[in-house]
Amino acid sequence: MECSFALTGKDYVLVAADTTSARSIIKMKVDEDKIKTLSPHLLMAYSGEPGDTVQFAEYIERNIRLYHIRNLYPLRPQSAASWIRRALAESLRSRQSYTVNLLVGGFDTADKTPHLYWIDYLGTMATVPFAAHGYGSYFASSLLDRYHNPDGTLEEGLDALRRAIDETAKRLVVSPGKYTVKVVDKDGVRVIDL
Amino acid sequence: MSRSYDRALTVFSPDGHLFQVEYALEAVRKGTCAVGVRGKDVVVLGVEKKSVLQLQDPRTVRKVVMLDDHVCLAFAGLTADGRVLIDKARVECQSHRLTVEDPVTVEYITRHIAGIQQRYTQSGGVRPFGISTLIVGFDPHDTQPRLYQTEPSGIYSAWKANAIGRSSKTVREFLEKNHKDDLTREESIKLTVKSLLEVVQTGAKNIEISVMESYGKVTNLDLPQIEAIVQEIEHEKEAEAERKRSRLAATAAGQAAMSSRATGTPGE
Repeated sequence: MECSFALTGKDYVLVAADTTSARSIIKMKVDEDKIKTLSPHLLMAYSGEPGDTVQFAEYIERNIRLYHIRNLYPLRPQSAASWIRRALAESLRSRQSYTVNLLVGGFDTADKTPHLYWIDYLGTMATVPFAAHGYGSYFASSLLDRYHNPDGTLEEGLDALRRAIDETAKRLVVSPGKYTVKVVDKDGVRVIDL
Repeated sequence: MSRSYDRALTVFSPDGHLFQVEYALEAVRKGTCAVGVRGKDVVVLGVEKKSVLQLQDPRTVRKVVMLDDHVCLAFAGLTADGRVLIDKARVECQSHRLTVEDPVTVEYITRHIAGIQQRYTQSGGVRPFGISTLIVGFDPHDTQPRLYQTEPSGIYSAWKANAIGRSSKTVREFLEKNHKDDLTREESIKLTVKSLLEVVQTGAKNIEISVMESYGKVTNLDLPQIEAIVQEIEHEKEAEAERKRSRLAATAAGQAAMSSRATGTPGE
């Protein structure tokens, strides 16, 4: 089942999402990238109803890009997250709503701080130091409570992330096999090999 | 029912002209000059920049804008109209990516912009856009630079080099005389600046140059860079004038010698 994790550290945000694309109990694909780079310093991991996820993520991606082109500077993480939450909340109150859960992580280049937002399909948004969606969240929340250090180095952050992923792999019956991990910091977005 | 057609401003005159469209072209002719030059693997946009007022923030006055990663646009005419048209084009660029997962081609977005401009000459309750545009860029997975022009009437066309706006005729004639195929980056920039100098008296500080070298690689030259090019051009002009002067002096001296020999006593 779909799992995504994210955590902040000293001047960076780590975002991880599994790479399986499943239909019912069948794995259709095992190399799906479910983390979109919305702007040079903004990442969004998405999970939920297949179809809804990609549709919504692409819609967000193009609108954030449009903002960047119109104004010559990108939306800051806080504003982007608020706008994304609102898009979801408005969708929820329409005839057909998007069933999409999101983790939005970004580095604010203006005040040089990392930001992480947990957003679910009901339009709930929470600013958090670490976050998870899916069944993995049952293991990750307690583990990260214990091991997360908001001022940790990237290595420390990766260790904490590895713990969460390993525990999920160990205990969850339907644990995903592979994850993409991306980090965003002052230099932008990078893919990391765990 | 009648609302859709009887409010149109653009109606034919008895001799077949659309005056509103022609007036729009007049607004373009009053706008500041913009030049586009296509080189071998580079395309350059140059614009005449109105000098900003002393207390104004120059960053908020833009005449060359990005439509997408790989398309740039410069316009001449009513700035307010330009802003609206540019925004429509930018939305279309992103919308195109959303629907077909591919960036727009330069011709596609040109056709789209020209389509909007045409619509505003034929629908009720609107007036035509008072701008012409130069659109430059690279198509995805392609190395060929592109340069297009659109007009208020909705005409669009491809060019090797072109100018719009104030004194565009002079500049175009200059380009016709001096443009060669396969210009390098430096040659293209120089030709752009040189052609702009035909109509911009105040020199480097009123010129803005954008260079696109490949898909998505755009650089705006800063003032010292443009000043250096302007200076180089001026030196060349001076050297040319000097050569002409010395050549003129030489022929004059030759003629004087000839005539003095002619008036000399015969039989010597």
